[in-house]
Amino acid sequence: MKAVVTVMPKPAILDPAGVATGRAIEHLGLKGVRSVRIGKSIEIEVDGATEAQLHEIANDLLSNPVVEDYKLQILS
Amino acid sequence: MKAAVLQFPGSNCDTDCQAALLSFPGVTAEIVWHKETSLAGYDAVVLPGGFSYGDYLRCGSIARFSPIMGAVREAANGGVLILGICNGFQILCEAGLLPGTLLRNNGLLFRCEHRHLLVENAQTPFTSVLHKGQVLDIPIAHGEGNYFADPETLKQLEANGQILVRYCDASGNVTPGANPNGSLGNIAGICSHGRNVFGLMPHPERVCDPLIGGTDGRGIFQSMIEAVQKAK
Repeated sequence: MKAVVTVMPKPAILDPAGVATGRAIEHLGLKGVRSVRIGKSIEIEVDGATEAQLHEIANDLLSNPVVEDYKLQILS
Repeated sequence: MKAAVLQFPGSNCDTDCQAALLSFPGVTAEIVWHKETSLAGYDAVVLPGGFSYGDYLRCGSIARFSPIMGAVREAANGGVLILGICNGFQILCEAGLLPGTLLRNNGLLFRCEHRHLLVENAQTPFTSVLHKGQVLDIPIAHGEGNYFADPETLKQLEANGQILVRYCDASGNVTPGANPNGSLGNIAGICSHGRNVFGLMPHPERVCDPLIGGTDGRGIFQSMIEAVQKAK
């Protein structure tokens, strides 16, 4: 099984790295940047796992539910 | 007091914590490797600073699953004093033993400097020899010390007196300018509802000897020692 877990800061959480990157984008000449948010993409290849187990891992280890949301995509 | 100082791969303040503890008469302090599974017989457990597991994924997120953490949880539930400093604070938050979490500093910089802390609650096992309103000079050294919790949790922390120290200026004023990292309410350290788990970003172990810059950290360890003696 191949899966991708995308972890993003929750909308209400300030993402200072995203803000700084947004400023850098403007500095390079692309004006009108409204928002930049930085998250993580984690690819997992695993044998014999269930989708429920992957959700558990994504919730307990890969993301911190206090400040992050995750999306689980099963690719194959 | 018999204290355990936990050592995770990447801990780097473990021997400093041990040295600080051993500077008090009658205290024993042993380094305990994270693969151990028991903390029986210890009166206090210190999770030291450092970069456990290289801070991969999130600070403290992998250490939280170390074998020793089951024993830490058991000790916390049994009322043993647990002190988490810097990365130790981050691990306690990831483990759910303290509420909230520590985000990237709002200025993005790693801040390594002396800071003033206002003692907000002196009626805990970690602050009993201090007094409310006292200002401590204790260094910080972190890139992810920006305390965050949802508004409901924050309200509970305030109402229960769980916020033990806040960043302040030299005169004890809690101002935005005194906040090094964007922490909500200038929070530098919080304790659990039961008062026996305390996490803080500043490093009290680094100011326990006048030779290396101060003694303002001693009150926290002295308070723990007195709490343990009182309980015996």
